[in-house]
This record gives sequence, structure tokens and C-alpha cells, in this order.
Amino acid sequence: MSLISLKVNGQTHSLDVDPTTPLLYVLSDDLGLRGPKFGCGLGQCGACTVMIKGETVRSCRREVGSVQGAEVVTLEGLGTVEKPHPIQKAFIDEQAAQCGYCLSGIILTAKVFLDKNPKATEKEIQEGMSRVLCRCFTHTRMLRAIGRAQKEMAR
Amino acid sequence: MKNPSLAANETQMARNAADALARAGFSRRAFIKGTGALIVSFSMGGALKTLGAQQTRAGAFGENAAADSPPVGEVDSWIAIGSDGGVTAYTGKEELGQGMSTAQTQLVAEELCVPFQRVKLIVADTSFTPDQGVTSGSQSSPANFNHENLAGACATAREALLQLGSKQLDIPVDQLVAVDGTIQAKSDASKKVAYADLIAGKKFDLKVNPSAKRKPASEWTVLGKPIGRPDMPAMATGTFEYAQNVRVPGMLHGMVVRPSAVGANLMNVDESSVSGMPGFVKVVVKKNFVGVVAEKPWQAVQIAKALKLTWSPAPELPKQETFYDHLRNQKPTRDTMSVNSKDVDEKLASAATVVKATYNHPYQMHGSIGSSCAVADVQGDKATVWSPTQGVWHQRATLAMLLGLKPANVRVIFRRGSGCYGINGADAVTYDAALLSQAAGKPVRVQLTRKDEMAWENYGFAFTIDERAGLDAQGNIIAWDHEAWSPVLGNRPVYTYPGNVITGFLAGFQPEEFRPRSPAPEPNAYSNNPNAVPSYVVGHVGGSDHGAGTIKSERVLLHNVVSPFWTGPLRSPQRLQNTFAHESFMDELAARVKADPVEYRLRHLSEPRMQDVVKAAAKAANWDARPSPKKRPVTSAKVASGRGISCVAYEGDNGFSAMVAEVEVELATGNLTVKRIVVSIDAGAISNPDGLRNQSEGGALQGMSRALGEEVTWDDHNVTSIDWKTYHSLPLGFAVPKVEVVLLNRPDMPATGAGETAITVVAGAIANAIFDATGARIRQVPFTPERIKAALAS
Repeated sequence: MSLISLKVNGQTHSLDVDPTTPLLYVLSDDLGLRGPKFGCGLGQCGACTVMIKGETVRSCRREVGSVQGAEVVTLEGLGTVEKPHPIQKAFIDEQAAQCGYCLSGIILTAKVFLDKNPKATEKEIQEGMSRVLCRCFTHTRMLRAIGRAQKEMAR
Repeated sequence: MKNPSLAANETQMARNAADALARAGFSRRAFIKGTGALIVSFSMGGALKTLGAQQTRAGAFGENAAADSPPVGEVDSWIAIGSDGGVTAYTGKEELGQGMSTAQTQLVAEELCVPFQRVKLIVADTSFTPDQGVTSGSQSSPANFNHENLAGACATAREALLQLGSKQLDIPVDQLVAVDGTIQAKSDASKKVAYADLIAGKKFDLKVNPSAKRKPASEWTVLGKPIGRPDMPAMATGTFEYAQNVRVPGMLHGMVVRPSAVGANLMNVDESSVSGMPGFVKVVVKKNFVGVVAEKPWQAVQIAKALKLTWSPAPELPKQETFYDHLRNQKPTRDTMSVNSKDVDEKLASAATVVKATYNHPYQMHGSIGSSCAVADVQGDKATVWSPTQGVWHQRATLAMLLGLKPANVRVIFRRGSGCYGINGADAVTYDAALLSQAAGKPVRVQLTRKDEMAWENYGFAFTIDERAGLDAQGNIIAWDHEAWSPVLGNRPVYTYPGNVITGFLAGFQPEEFRPRSPAPEPNAYSNNPNAVPSYVVGHVGGSDHGAGTIKSERVLLHNVVSPFWTGPLRSPQRLQNTFAHESFMDELAARVKADPVEYRLRHLSEPRMQDVVKAAAKAANWDARPSPKKRPVTSAKVASGRGISCVAYEGDNGFSAMVAEVEVELATGNLTVKRIVVSIDAGAISNPDGLRNQSEGGALQGMSRALGEEVTWDDHNVTSIDWKTYHSLPLGFAVPKVEVVLLNRPDMPATGAGETAITVVAGAIANAIFDATGARIRQVPFTPERIKAALAS
């Protein structure tokens, strides 16, 4: 165990944890966050996705010791029920989920992709989402929501 | 059309309210069965107004329900009016991600004439909600949206409130109306009395009256509307509490260690291999069940990985390459005949043409994106579990068996997991957590690894199916013969079989016994639940026709055999596999007689609702009417395109759907692209059209993933589909086809299931489109490029 300093959604935390613990476990269990979720533990599905320095990170595969001092943003840090981020709002407006368990991966991957590619075509967005899974197959609505958010964010 | 601005309406009782009830020793069951006046009211803040103790009284309840469930025939089991006028409704039908909580809230608001926001729905908790079995099988809408159960209770309650209002206001019932939580005079809205003043603090003390008048669909203002899901904002912002997010004070973390091979027995446990590791609490062994408990979850993962176990050698599994032949040759069998006109052999012998084909469908898995998770708190002779199980009362009964407790001392609280699509690892992991908690004496949370989720779940059934038909000289079908082989082992645990899923089996319980039976008894009651009976036959049993078609000579026979793997319901269980065979075969018959596939289907259908969905899908897809395959304009073309159709009367009468798929096939590689899917659906009276669209779109694409890539694989000893590299689910980024949904609303018809209808017709529609494009028939799921290429070569 050792003392790790972690900044999550704007708040700094000092935690006494094994530095080899995957970041996801610290976020879910030590900090009680609900956004990033355990899906596969293998970095394959995306359910554990968080953002660090404008990039998506699969938190189930990243040791907490390696992100010491970095600023981590989770799905709940992106926006709130009262003030959702445009992508979150688009997902709500399009009713783009069924069980919703995958949404950390879907929404944060879309956020990072749109930040880098604000003018992406529909096909490019689809390709940009090639590494995340939704097993309810709400794909059509999710892609529509991302397109809607893209327009909103361009304003 | 959406209404996302609705206030968040918690679909679960606030934890503190539920806990307060438990602490007070309050039992809703006791309330309902008690005789005195008592009110429990949850205001919108979830505050508890009144508590009281009541005597429990035994009673007669639903046929299979637990004896101490709130009786399904009592209005008070379903509805309570609070002193603030809010309505609390209790349901056993869960929100599994399909919008069922939203639709049920709409139903209650509509029937009781209160705003949507004033309804609080309490979902699946053995301390509060009636035993409705499992939430599965497209049964939630039929069960709760027609005249029994929740809908019946609401309609009965409204009639009772009108009666009470009539007495209070001294105005005849026929001059009164229920509006916005009040009973008021039709002629003078100032003459009114609030529900709270009529009933709050009292029980209705009424039986659910199935003849109570439901509000006609033409008057609906809440039900039937595309109301947005109130849980969506919390889901999209990461604040929704899934089973995976449940945390209770003093909770420890467990992991399980499954056998080294299917059928291996535990020989030795070397606890010293892990006892010194950080956070170590306990190793728990019960027969072949092994688990570890640690202070923190990552410690539990490490300990489970390091634990040294010795397992016995296990018998070899049947070879996957020859598995379908293995099914046909396996003995003993359990045989079931669904229809038998007893003239099939004769008709086939006299037919102008006989056509035969064999179709194969693999085991597929639920493959929930979140591995299954539960929290259990077993203390002494009492247990509380938070579980994503589809049946809280089933879970309670079997968990009590597993733990050696009285069912009445076990409380099962449903918490939504990730989408399950049937029996995923939810029941097994609840047993896992409970066994570990019982041993540790503290609450324990378990979330399965990806491998443990995938390698040991109850898979969707493999099938091999022979179809045979006789045609007359005009090309009409005169006889249809269907014979199938399918392996089974375990199932849902229901009330008595914890051994129907892996954990219960490992802990020493046997699965439901396989009961050989051959030959099959002649059918005496018609059932087409598994869609084994094709839509095109008359379905003549017990002196009358029950089918959707016109063919009189019919025989449908199933041979179940013992499966090497656990099996259980996966979205559209058996129905999807049988429909793939029927609809592919129907297309082969149409092609044989050079008929248009839509016209040929309509020619053999008698059920108007089936004809209507077929016509609706064809029309929306701008169907190119002609025989298949399509004549290819240029022989040197590298890509061929085509369209196919498929349809189903789900479970015979529980929803109707047709689908047109348009595909492109790259001839050199066998690479398939589905360009467009048009799906029509008739689910009776629609409760929430946007929810139905969402289900149909998801069903279409999930069906596509299952048709194109999903197959459980194994080697000599173990399942080898253990992650998303070895089990192929289409990611968000695949070339998503355009999906169009055509809703056929039948406001005056009973609500049917809708969650499994669209998915049932996908594989047939795509296989038929591949045939139309290329002239190659693919008869085995999944349609991998290799299989398509092989079909093209033959």
C-alpha cells in the first residue's frame, strides 16, 4: 500500500492503495463512483472508460500508480442530470440506451472523438466508435445521438 | 415527441425507505393480509408516513406463487394511495433495460387518472411486491397490461374510488369522473373529493376484478404515448445505481474459482497458497464450489488467481466439428410432438415434388456487457440479497435451499444489472455472493470475471433441424414435416432447482432431471411457444385449428437430448432457431416453384395479422416482387445485392413481425454487408411507441450480430469463448444498416410481448437475402465469410 494522490472530476483525493490496483477499482470502490463500470477487465468492451488529458483510458487496465497526479474525468464528471454535457443531453433526447451499462464507454469515446474530429462524417463517426460494445444493440440511436451532439457542439 | 424533461421518477424505492421498513419489522405482506387499517405512503421524497404491525393471515394465492407473496388477486397487493394523494404501485415485472418501468408507470397513471410523476413504482422486492414468477418470455405486457394483475388492479381501484366518491359527494357514479387524483362531478368540477380523502390510510380490501372496465385506448393521454424513460438522465450521467454499484456498510469482496474443466471434481485445496496475501479473509469450499473473500476487490482477484487447487481429470467433451451429428445420434431422447395430422408420410409420397433441407444453429450466449454481480448479507438465520435476478421469488426459494434457511427469512431485492436477454449469470452470482457471505458472516459483493461469466452461463440452445415439404403440381405446399434435435441441461432455477445453474450444481444440487420419453405422446393441447410449428400449417390439435396457415398435412417433432453445457432461455429461446429454419425453408420452396417469396408466404397464411405484417414490411421496403435468386446483370460483378423476407407469429399468438433485409455480398471473399432492415411489428395495443421502436431496432441488430458472428466454441475440456475476442459481438462501429420500424398499432387488441419478436426473424431474412443476391443457400448460423464463401462455391 502507498499514498496516491488522484484528481477526479475536479476533486483531489489522497488514497492509501496498492499502486498496482487498476484505476477502475479505485474509482468504483474507494471513491464510490458509478459511471465507469467493470465489463470485461480486459480493455475490450469500453464500459470502464474514463478521460485523462483529453484521451480515453480503459480504467480496468490502467494501474492507479501510473495516473498519480493526473486529472481523471468520469461520466458523472462530464455533466449532471441538471446540467448534462451536449452529448449526454443528446443521448437523453434520443432515448439512446436500453440497459445503459455501456454508456461510459460510448459517451466518453464519442466525446473524445468529436473533440478531435468536430467535422467528422457519419461514416467516420461510426469508425471512431469501432472499439466499444453495446450488447442491447442500441446502435442506431446512439449514432444518431452522437450526430445530434456534433451539430450542437459546433454551434 | 420525446419528453425527457419529466422529473426523474425513481423506479426503485429509496434505499432508506426500504431499510426503514425492514428495521421496523414491517412486512407489506402482513399489511395486505392483515385486517386493520394501515397506510404506508411514500411521498415523492420517499418519506415514510406511518408504520404498524399486523398479524399475518394465510390465504390462497396465484397457482404457482410463493405462499406468502402478496396475493395477486388482491388490489392492495398492487396499489396503495398515500395521504398526499400519490399512488404507489407494486410490480413483479422488472425493468431489464427495455422500458418496462416507464410503461408500467404510464399504465398506472392512465388507469388511475393521476399525473405520471405522481406514480411511484416499486419493482420486484420479496418484502413488497407480488410473486409474478420471472420477468421473461415477452410476458410482462400480456401479464400486466390487459385485465389481470397490475392493469386489473388499477381498473378495479378506479371503479372503487368512483363508488367511494359517489357516496361522499352524494352524486351517482355515472355522473362522476376521475380526474387528476380526484373524483369529480362531470357537470361541476368544483364538486370533487381527492383520492387521499377517500382511501388514504385504508386498504381497498377488494379482489382484482378482471371485468373492471379499462379506459379505452381512444381516451388515453399517458399510456400509448412516447414518454421518455425517467431513468435515462441518471444513466447518461453515470449516477444510476446498478446491481454492480450496490455498496453496503462493512461489505467484503468475493471472487469464485470455477473448475479447471467441465465435469472436473475438486480434489485438494491448498489454503496456505493464499492465506498470507494482503486483505485475505477466507477461502470458502462447498463440494465443488470454491470462492475467496478479501477486504478489497482487487485483493480478491489476486487471491483467487493465486489459490492452488487440484481438480480431477474430466471426461472429454463431444467434438465441436461433429456436434450436430452427435445430437442426432445421442440417446436417450425426450420427444415432443406439437402437431401430427398422421397423413404426412402418405402426402409426401404422393407429392409432385419433395424438398428437404437441414439447418444448424449453434449455442449462443447472453454475453451481458457487465459481468453479473450481486451483494449478499447473510447473518445467522436471515439473508438479504441485492440481485439482478429475473425472478426475486424464485431466487428467494432456491437461495433458502442453498443456505439452509427458511424462505421467509430471505429477502431478495431486485437491482438492475446490465442487459441480460434471458438467464445470464445473475442467479449464479447471487448464490456465489450468498455462499461467501454466509461463510464470512459479513456482507459480500461478487462480480464475476469476464471468463467466468461467459464460460459457465446457461447458453441459448443449439439446434439441428430437418425440414421436409411436399408440393403439388401447381407448386402449393401440401405437407410440412419438421424434426429437430436440441440439447438441454439445467434451466432457470424456478422454485426448487438451485442446481439448474452452475453455482447451485457445484455446491451439490442436481439440475432438474432429464426425463427420457420416446416415442412422443400425441399432442392433446396446442402450444406453439417454441415456434416449432411453422406459420404456414393449420396447427390442428384437439379438434380445432390454432395455426396461422393453410397447410393441413403437418408434423412437428422435437428430440431433446442431454447437453454437455448448461442451457437456458436466451432472447427468443427455440423460437429464433426454429424460425430461422422455417423461414429459410419457406424461401427455398418459393424458389423451387419460382414464386415471389412474399406472394408465396401470403398464399399459405390464413392469419390476417400475419398477412398484415408481411404486407407492411414489404410495402415499407418497396419490395421488388419476383422470384429469387435475382438475375445478376453482369457476370463479372464483384458484389451481388439482394433482398429477403422472413416473418413470425411469435409463440403462435404473442406478437407478429415481418422483416425485409437488403444485403451485399462480396463474391470473392464472402464478406457480407447488411444495408437495410425494415421490420414491421404488431404487438396489440402499444403502451409506448418509442419503447417499442427501441426494442425492435435493438432486436434487429442483436439478431444480426447473432446471425453473423455469434457462436460458443469449445475444445476437449472447456468452453473457449471467454472474452470479446473469442465471442464475436458486432461493435458499435460496424457498418450499421439503416433500420426502419413499422408499427401496426391495434388499440383494441390485447397487449402482446414485444421484446423478442423482431430478433426472431433476422437470421431468416438475411439468409434469404444472401440467396437472392447470390443463389447460394446458407443453412448454418453464424453466416461467417468462410461459410458464405463455401456456399458460393457449392
